[in-house]
Amino acid sequence: MLPSIEVKENVSEQRQKIHPHKFTMWIAIGSITMMFAGLTSAYIVKRQQPGWISFEIPRMFWLSTTAMLASSLAVQMALKAFKDRHIKSYKNLILLTAVLGMVFIILQILGFQQIWKTGLTFSGAGAAQFLYAIAGLHVLHVFGGVITMLVMFLKSLRKTSRSYNSVPIEVASTYWHFVDALWVYLFIFFLVIH
Amino acid sequence: MSSDTILHGHSDVVTSHDVHLDEHGAHHHKETFITKYIFSQDHKMISKQFLITGMIWAIIGGLMSVIFRLQLGYPDTTFPILEDIFGKWAPGGKISPDFYYALVTMHGTIMVFFVLTGGLSGTFANFLVPLQIGARDMAAPFLNMLSYWAFFTASIIMISSLFLTAGPASGGWTVYPPLSALGDATDGSKAGMDFWIVAMVFFVVSSLLGGLNYITTILNMRTKGMSMVRMPLTIWALLFTAILGVLSFPVLLSGLILLLFDRHAGTSFYLSDIFIASTQKALPNEGGSAILFQHLFWFLGHPEVYIIILPTMGLVSEVMAVNSRKPIFGYRAMVGSLFAICILSLLVWAHHMFVTGMNPFLGSVFTLLTLLIAVPSAIKVFNWLTTLWKGNLRFTPGMLFSIGFVSMFISGGLTGIFLGNSTLDIHLHDTYFNIAHFHLVMGVAAFFGMFAGVYHWFPKMYGRYMNNTMGYIHFWVTMIGAYLIFWPMHYEGLAGMPRRYMDYSNWVSFRQFEDLNRFISTVAIVVFAVQLMFVFNFFYSIFKGRRVTTQNPWGATTLEWTTPIRPGHGNWVSEIPEVHRWAYDYGKDGREFISQAEPVGSNESSGH
Ligand code: HEM
Ligand SMILES: [Cu+2]
Repeated sequence: MLPSIEVKENVSEQRQKIHPHKFTMWIAIGSITMMFAGLTSAYIVKRQQPGWISFEIPRMFWLSTTAMLASSLAVQMALKAFKDRHIKSYKNLILLTAVLGMVFIILQILGFQQIWKTGLTFSGAGAAQFLYAIAGLHVLHVFGGVITMLVMFLKSLRKTSRSYNSVPIEVASTYWHFVDALWVYLFIFFLVIH
Repeated sequence: MSSDTILHGHSDVVTSHDVHLDEHGAHHHKETFITKYIFSQDHKMISKQFLITGMIWAIIGGLMSVIFRLQLGYPDTTFPILEDIFGKWAPGGKISPDFYYALVTMHGTIMVFFVLTGGLSGTFANFLVPLQIGARDMAAPFLNMLSYWAFFTASIIMISSLFLTAGPASGGWTVYPPLSALGDATDGSKAGMDFWIVAMVFFVVSSLLGGLNYITTILNMRTKGMSMVRMPLTIWALLFTAILGVLSFPVLLSGLILLLFDRHAGTSFYLSDIFIASTQKALPNEGGSAILFQHLFWFLGHPEVYIIILPTMGLVSEVMAVNSRKPIFGYRAMVGSLFAICILSLLVWAHHMFVTGMNPFLGSVFTLLTLLIAVPSAIKVFNWLTTLWKGNLRFTPGMLFSIGFVSMFISGGLTGIFLGNSTLDIHLHDTYFNIAHFHLVMGVAAFFGMFAGVYHWFPKMYGRYMNNTMGYIHFWVTMIGAYLIFWPMHYEGLAGMPRRYMDYSNWVSFRQFEDLNRFISTVAIVVFAVQLMFVFNFFYSIFKGRRVTTQNPWGATTLEWTTPIRPGHGNWVSEIPEVHRWAYDYGKDGREFISQAEPVGSNESSGH
């Protein structure tokens, strides 16, 4: 009793506008957004308390943002390649997405180190500690995306049972764009409010 | 007769004509024991897994309350048996203060999250959503299975924390810092607190996976003709519950993540200017705010209480309409008030924080918003009462518990209006008045709704009925007992008796309550015993209950009663029925009820 079979059976019988898996992803995105909304509002509340120390935005974050934006482009092209049945370039692009995701993560960690070296470690209750917590959590979300992309890449290597169902890659790319947009939001947030 | 029967009902069947009894008419999957009962993806099986796990939790949580009620009722008496069982936690047969706090903390955590959230939504959303909207299963059965196993993992971690040397978390179910943030503060702030946090992370994951699935399924997988306004109120309620959960649980997660940082990374999100007595050390932490945690906690915490009560509102509406043989009164107002409650409940969290020194102006804003919730709540109560009015009432145990639910909800809701006034709350906050309020309006009411649901849908779950006599005893003892336990607490609270103390005998002003406390404790033990009888009834009836012989034993209109008596995975043997009308055509055109699947007749009076 494979899950996918079961769902397809269900779905084909019922009227539907948007594929349930895509819809589920959208709600999940709403949910993750609430988590970061909670954290950034905590940041805003905390900012008004005494003892707040802010930090210099490290140069690395501009690079990491570039990597993140590029990865979104890559995943979009991967989606298009898949729909056009250009499986070979699909494979390359999806791998590229995962690699750019990894690059982003590494750059973020380097960025954290730059701040850390200025003496802003975990002790304290200022902007830097929030950054470690919030951006760290975001990195975890990107990491989840990287794993997904790698799994999809490995699946595409299997010669047998090639599937032309574009739902999984569509769902994955939606998530990828979301973590991208989420970082852009956080980046602007930290740039403006600190 | 192993878990096979417990979870799936008997597969030996009674024959009667016109009814499909075959379990697996349409779907001939190869099922092993493991895929069928353990890692099952059938929503009905997952529902039973949630129900039985929730019942085990309820017994544990209930037992804890019996132990701390013994202490409260008989503060001077020793019970040697307690020392035999709990060892160093109850030296000389008297429970230690640390143990007392651990008990109340775990009692709250277990009841609020594991029984009335996980157990309740997990059971009824899983069971009813596909069956009542006409779907073969959830949108993502695999995620649904993961949701149960995340809940199971959370349960195992939380249970294990009871066996740690330093004991489980013990700073109250709301885990406020600094107690929850400083390992050195108390025994209950040590490893037990970490276990609590990790368990809750799994719990949140479980409720998110579940909630995502419920929302997607309800919005996308309804059968032909099942427009939103034809959905039974159970489905509406479960939809709003899931939306609330998906929006508010992540915020709790944020709060807990920052808490973990404070505990282990040395940050000071919540900590400032602290001197710890046990180590005689002043901490370097500065600039943190414990109030910040309260905001993050109650942003979930208040919606959470509605996550608990909304599903039972749905269950009660349904059971009540079926057993009044009348359409639910004011269907649209019922949906509208569910919606209003859902929105408002996201805007009132700070009424739990009136005494944290908040700006009085802000306090009055939250007072206003809080009192506004009374409006949709009152609309619902009015509609339940008018549904009962002049109905052909059938007093099944499910119906009695539904009526009991309304009674409890009124009694507890009225005291909410006292607490919602920021000025009155200065006196009432953290007293037994508060305890009485939320136990009646949430604790007991939600349990009643859940019992109503279990008695009513048991025949669909297991193809047998529960025993009625035990059902009636269960209802009356619990109903009277719950009032006897919680009503007097209002007086104690008005007199200023604070919550969370294990012994009041040193307070001259509360000596007058000595007998009352003993009385409350005695009743609590009796009521607990009756719940064990319910558990017995439940399991006994799975094996030995009277068999269901007709497809639609209650004469209900909703789709779950058009499935075979013991539906297999996929629910309907052939086509999923098409829906032609709303869910409440009772007593229409001289007919007792008309199923949603029946086409509208040419000379039928207009309806929905
Ligand atoms: C008429 C509507 C209601 C109003 C105005 C109201 C108001 C309040 C207020 C102001 C408090 C805080 C008291 C304090 O800590 O001093 C409170 C506590 C509480 N209420 Fe309500 N409430 C209402 C209905 C409900 C419902 C429907 C539920 C649950 C289903 C509920 C569950 C709780 C719980 C669990 C607490 C206590 C939490 C704790 O401190 O441990 N209330 N209520
Ligand atoms: Cu509240």
